[in-house]
Amino acid sequence: MTKTYPKASRPSLDDVSVSIEKGDFVFFIGPSGSGKSSIVKLMLHEIKPNKGKVIVNGKEISSMRSWKIPSFRRSIGCVFQDFRLLPNKTAYENVAFALEVIGKSKAVARRVVPEVLELVGLGGKEHRYPHELSGGEQQRVAVARAFVNRPLILLADEPTGNLDPDTSIEIMRLLDRINRTGTTVVMVTHDSNIVNQMRRRVIEIEGGRIVRDQARGVYG
Amino acid sequence: MRAKYVLAEMLVGLWRNVTMTIAMIITMIVSLSMLGASLLMYMQVDEMKGHYYEQVEVSIYLEKSIQDAERSDIKSKLDSDPLVKNVLWETKEMAYENFKAQFRDAPDLVNAIGADELPESFRVALHDPKKFDQINATYAGLPGVDTVVDQQKLLQKIFDILGSIQNLSLVVAGFMGLAALLLVANTIQVAAYSKRREVAVMKLVGASNWFIQAPFVLEAVFAALLGSILAWVMLVVGKVVLIDGKLAALTDLLLPVSWGNVNLMLPILAGIGSVVSAVTAWVTLRFYIRV
Ligand SMILES: Nc1ncnc2c1ncn2[C@@H]1O[C@H](COP(=O)(O)OP(=O)(O)O)[C@@H](O)[C@H]1O
Ligand SMILES: [Mg+2]
Repeated sequence: MTKTYPKASRPSLDDVSVSIEKGDFVFFIGPSGSGKSSIVKLMLHEIKPNKGKVIVNGKEISSMRSWKIPSFRRSIGCVFQDFRLLPNKTAYENVAFALEVIGKSKAVARRVVPEVLELVGLGGKEHRYPHELSGGEQQRVAVARAFVNRPLILLADEPTGNLDPDTSIEIMRLLDRINRTGTTVVMVTHDSNIVNQMRRRVIEIEGGRIVRDQARGVYG
Repeated sequence: MRAKYVLAEMLVGLWRNVTMTIAMIITMIVSLSMLGASLLMYMQVDEMKGHYYEQVEVSIYLEKSIQDAERSDIKSKLDSDPLVKNVLWETKEMAYENFKAQFRDAPDLVNAIGADELPESFRVALHDPKKFDQINATYAGLPGVDTVVDQQKLLQKIFDILGSIQNLSLVVAGFMGLAALLLVANTIQVAAYSKRREVAVMKLVGASNWFIQAPFVLEAVFAALLGSILAWVMLVVGKVVLIDGKLAALTDLLLPVSWGNVNLMLPILAGIGSVVSAVTAWVTLRFYIRV
């Protein structure tokens, strides 16, 4: 598909065609401004392609009715560089909030949230506020929130962009664990270290075009 | 649990910008009570029209010097006139009694008029009050007739004045309503802005649109309900203090405003207020919170 933003002179994604299988772990790499985040936004239906289709979980979302989008988004978890946690809520409350607002009961939250916080390695820190956690720990909360619904797909847009190398590796291990539960993981990054270590499929974009698509690839 | 969440969010939201909430409620009170007052006046004028037109009369005033023969001549003419529904002969004495009754609050006026200074008249009810001109043409020139007066014309003047007061209050209510509307839109925007992080997360994890918007819309509806109840209280106070109190003398003429009509304003104002606020809030959010 092709995506040209309003007022932009040239497409940000130009006739891009990718297919990702269920359970895959895929890196999107490329220089800043090459169109990586646009791919994530397209998969979330935050933006729509001008030409072509976006098919996620077997559904063509590019033509999806807007009232169906919320329930579609429940099958996708998202993690971003800036964590996007609510500062006035504890780790527990941040994760529980994601359940609460899609109509799950408090009882469900009490059962599921400690479990997933344990899974991401935050056991014992449930009642800390974001400002009482390190960057890596905050990103773990974000991963817990993205994963608590057991989504089919986990999208991560530069999840290690704000973290030091050691912490980045820990977050990568976590995403790898999540991938092993059967969740498809799509990760945008320009952290060459990580890509080289993981040895997963790498799709490289430059100027809105795919210039490389390699199984078990390395960075540049 | 969903309802509890939404209600709690609504209250927190209202409290968070409490000054804005108060401003919103005050403008709602003013605009809704103006609206209620003009609706009441509308109903009142309708009732008065029915009441007065039913007994509207043409008065044929007779000269002081009228002869008995002339009087009975006019009477028989009226009795056989197809335009006339019924005729009442009001003697000088009856005219004086009616006058005394009507102006019992103004004894000076009553004392100033002698018992036989008021003219006698035929009070004529017409099948069709609009046919006054024909009656006037037939009777004005008869011997013994002083003047023929159409009371409907007098009433019409009063109704015209009431009508323009009513239109004025509708216009003011409209402007105040517009101000209230803009304040609702603004309050909702501020509320949505102060919760933008929560809203972003909610959208991300797939909260339904109504779930995201409901607390904001409810904030506006809650303010509207509160505003309409207070506006109704204003109307009640207005009735007790003004209509039934200071202006009680006037209501003899203008008919009292019934409690039934005043109470009817509560559901009407609450309904109009909450629907308009809900729609305003919802439309504002459509622009403000995109999917
Ligand atoms: N909302 C937008 N409006 C206009 N242009 C945009 C918008 N978002 C991104 N772009 C442009 O699209 C291109 C790709 O952006 P993006 O997908 O964010 O790149 P990356 O994530 O690889 O850095 C850039 O040239 C950027 O300027
Ligand atoms: Mg980006």
